[in-house]
Amino acid sequence: MSFSVTDPSRGTKWFAGVMVVAYAIITILPLAWIIATGFKSPADAIAYPPKVVFEPSLEGYVNLFTTRTRVTEDDFAALPPPATWYEKVVRDQGMVIAGPSRYGERFLNSVIIGFGSTVLCMILGTAAAYAFSRFRVPLKDDLLFFILSTRMMPPIAVAIPIFLMFRQIGLNDTHLGMILLYTAVNLSLSVWLLKGFIDEIPVEYEEAALIDGYTRFQAFYKVVLPQAATGIASTAIFCLIFAWNEYAFAVLLTSGTAQTAPPFIPTIIGVGGKDWPAVAAGATIFLVPVMVFTILLRKHLLRGITFGAVRK
Amino acid sequence: MTHAPMEKIARATPAPVARRIKGLSDRAIAWIFVAPSIFLLLAVNIFPLIWTIRLSFTDYRVNRPNRDVEWVGLRNYERILTDDGIWATMQATAHFLIWTIVLQVIIGFALAYLINKKFKGNDLWTTVIVLPMMLSPAVVGNFWTFLYQPQIGLFNYVIAFFTGADPASFSMIGDVNLAPWAIVIADTWMWTPFVMLICLAGLRSIPDSIYEAAECDRASKWRQFWTITIPMALPFLMLAVLFRGIENFKMFDLVVQLTGGGPGNTTTLTSIDLKREAFERWRTGYSSAYAVILFVTVFGLASIYVKALNKVKER
Repeated sequence: MSFSVTDPSRGTKWFAGVMVVAYAIITILPLAWIIATGFKSPADAIAYPPKVVFEPSLEGYVNLFTTRTRVTEDDFAALPPPATWYEKVVRDQGMVIAGPSRYGERFLNSVIIGFGSTVLCMILGTAAAYAFSRFRVPLKDDLLFFILSTRMMPPIAVAIPIFLMFRQIGLNDTHLGMILLYTAVNLSLSVWLLKGFIDEIPVEYEEAALIDGYTRFQAFYKVVLPQAATGIASTAIFCLIFAWNEYAFAVLLTSGTAQTAPPFIPTIIGVGGKDWPAVAAGATIFLVPVMVFTILLRKHLLRGITFGAVRK
Repeated sequence: MTHAPMEKIARATPAPVARRIKGLSDRAIAWIFVAPSIFLLLAVNIFPLIWTIRLSFTDYRVNRPNRDVEWVGLRNYERILTDDGIWATMQATAHFLIWTIVLQVIIGFALAYLINKKFKGNDLWTTVIVLPMMLSPAVVGNFWTFLYQPQIGLFNYVIAFFTGADPASFSMIGDVNLAPWAIVIADTWMWTPFVMLICLAGLRSIPDSIYEAAECDRASKWRQFWTITIPMALPFLMLAVLFRGIENFKMFDLVVQLTGGGPGNTTTLTSIDLKREAFERWRTGYSSAYAVILFVTVFGLASIYVKALNKVKER
């Protein structure tokens, strides 16, 4: 870096660095605690003082994915030795595995609904953004405002009629219903972000393609789409994260087949009180992919957040 | 942001090139591209809104579909606006809104200011700070109840460690005086990074040349901060306040998992109250009127605020 009068002094940089790192450590502490609790035994999880050093245990993860029952002492003694490591973990608690828990299904629902709504949102959003960016759409400014105002509604406010509407047409508690709903919620921000990315692509590229004999559609998917790929990808990440994290609609509109993980995780309970290691394990499996994503794609993500907000 | 260049592009495109385009006209393509999005938004956003407004004038109840629905006019609105419980809810929401915004703006701006000093590794640490806002609020809220447990919770332990109080002597989510602060702390932890990122964008938009000029004029750092940094970052700060304001007025997931609105009604924010009316007491007509009032409030406040924001930007 070249020297300039406005460049902060070394002392200033050092001070700023220490302060920011201190804040980062405080902010990361609860997350580290979630992850650590997942690997504790139930006794260690509720120990006082809180245990920083503990013997790692997979009990939380095993409890997360299984349902367990107690059997009579005679039956328990008569059981063959545990065949797998997770059976052994359950046996050590004096119980046997009764079957798988619902966590796997709920997690899979999150994946299906998250990716489904993201793909749909990108298809619709890119097309609309392209039209807004390149054509004279009548009432363009009104439409853009309309798209934005949809974000001001509290989810609960629209949940009542959506609940009624979905019940009427049989979309309640279905994957399709949730995919359509999340697509609609994400669409406004996506169009807004994508329009910005497409605005940045010089219109001359398409003109050249059109003169070479491409149709508008060909120019769109052979010239504009590849140019906008990075923008589309970072917008997609936002949609995915929103759909992944959403709770209010999920808890009101789904109960069984299409329930996602966020409403499910808080309902995990153990024998005689909350099974905190299992809750923590469920949270860890659910949250860590987003954390890894954020760190790997930080350049695009951070730009997207400010870009999306500042443009509005 | 200005529409002038896009209008120019839009107008420039058809004239020389259009004649050479085969197939559909631009106008048709524009509609094909926009229509599905508009249709979906109409079906899932606008149609329900209109339905809500309609229901708000009735005494409909979802759990009694066979009962005759009566048109009650403005009675639902009247009852809501004269209900003391709702004003208590509004107060809880105001407390939450004001304190989260104050704390997030102060901490967020300070962090952005420090990060903008461009120390080594600042982008990695920025990412670490941003992590909480990427996570599921409901799952995070659920886990904060664990951190807030008296005796065994990490939060209580840390507070006790620094103040010497007994960690079992206070319960952040069980005490009527502490619970409103418990949700403020958790929300601040989660959303300060958002304010920080917006502020950072604002600070980075200030050209170095202005500071160089000030340096030549021998303006002190303190003066530069108040006469350059703050005024130029102000529109961004106000924008961050707008977004946090709208989001926290709608706040549901984090708080409902953290305190469930309790103890008593001390942390019953409007969205939580609305959810109880609509999906636990099943007073559909009444809660629709409630939803309309909330929407009008957000919309009205946001519009006034945006006007003020535009004035600041023009300055």
